[in-house]
Amino acid sequence: MKYEMLIHVKPGYFESMAEDERKAISAEYMALAEDPAARGGAQLQGTETVTTVRVRDGQTLTTDGPYADTKEVLAGFYVFEAENLDQAIELAARIPAARLDGAIEVRPVVER
Amino acid sequence: MLASLVGFLGDFDLAEEAAQEAFVVAAERWRRDGVPANPGAWLTVTARNRAIDRIRRDRTLAEKTRQLDVPEATMDELDDTVIEDERLELIFTCCHPALALEAQVALTLRALGGLRTADIAHAFLVSEETMKRRLSRAKAKIKATGIPFAVPAEHLLPDRLDAVLAVVYLIYNEGYSGRVNLAREAIRLGRLLATLMPDEPEVRGLLALMQIHHARRKARFSGEELVLLEDQDRSLWDAEEIAVGREALDRAIALRGRGPYVLQAAIASLQAEERIDWNEVAALYGQLAQITRSPVVELNRAVAVAQAGSTEQALEIVEQLELGDYQYLHSTRGELLRRLGRTDEARDAFERALSLARLERERRFLKRRIAEL
Repeated sequence: MKYEMLIHVKPGYFESMAEDERKAISAEYMALAEDPAARGGAQLQGTETVTTVRVRDGQTLTTDGPYADTKEVLAGFYVFEAENLDQAIELAARIPAARLDGAIEVRPVVER
Repeated sequence: MLASLVGFLGDFDLAEEAAQEAFVVAAERWRRDGVPANPGAWLTVTARNRAIDRIRRDRTLAEKTRQLDVPEATMDELDDTVIEDERLELIFTCCHPALALEAQVALTLRALGGLRTADIAHAFLVSEETMKRRLSRAKAKIKATGIPFAVPAEHLLPDRLDAVLAVVYLIYNEGYSGRVNLAREAIRLGRLLATLMPDEPEVRGLLALMQIHHARRKARFSGEELVLLEDQDRSLWDAEEIAVGREALDRAIALRGRGPYVLQAAIASLQAEERIDWNEVAALYGQLAQITRSPVVELNRAVAVAQAGSTEQALEIVEQLELGDYQYLHSTRGELLRRLGRTDEARDAFERALSLARLERERRFLKRRIAEL
């Protein structure tokens, strides 16, 4: 089964780390992206670059900023192949943001 | 049988329906042909085959099921020893942390307790519709998210077992204040767990704790009024149940159990003695506090210290606790201050407890306390 993992973090969590730590954490993220179970993913640019788009009554409405006004921001995502939810949870727990005051939302992907 | 079907099919509803159909077929066939040599195996094979037929009929190209590669079970392949008891897998599935806690409780009572949805709804004071939805959502989530039907891997087991024990204890506590059925269900589940996981001390510890508490239930109230432990009529305690609980506790200790449930059971056992060794109780609460870091446990320790004779020391412990809106902190403070002759302060503390108390009989109890000052 494929599971998406949305990575929610407190803004600035990465930038506030020392350079050594940042290098180590980046390496972890890259290792996960290269894990045999990985099926995709991306790091997202900062929330200052977000634009939200809606279409209402045929009109395209564009607003500055993320859809949900929350403290935490979406930093990126992975898609992993796993046999069951327990395996997916173990993968999610390896994502650095999970232990650095962030949260990973895990959801099965609809298979077509 | 239900457990093994759920494991085989990965689907609660299908398992239940298949089981029902098997029973219906059994009723007809056995009346005609006589009861088979191995009725359990007969039922299971019939139920599995019915389910497989059903899946094949309902299957669309997009739908995937685990058992399509499994050959149709025949009578020869199954006998009593081969039908595995998959109740342990079922318990861990029902208590998976990805499910909401109230869903875990409902599912456990339904799938392992075999309680009817209406009865579970009644026990938790919700409508039957609400409980039905709660159960369906939980089953749907199990299926959709791939919650595995398995006993968790060893490195995950301690946390997952804690979750299971927490659900059982929650069920027991819901029954503590008078709805006896749930308390009995919880004890039944505890016994089942002890059978399925005989080497886990905390499982025995929880069972012992529940049994010893349950043995005292008839003495807890006099009519509608709360009766404190020291005032309870011990002839109303079920001596046999206490003995059974103590056996479970002994077993847990023999398994080197020193976890939270074992400690609580040991405390309960001591409190069931003729003459309570409060120093020992205080020491056990101390150990428990170190593990759980819970201020409520520290509060209980303070009570034990007071009962052992050191009221001043007990008050010191209580004053350091950060439990602002916890009713029992204030009622305990009130009692300690009363014993020290500090009546006005005692009254204030009891009044504060009263302002936080919601259960009628506890409010009456506190009012009596205030009046007696």
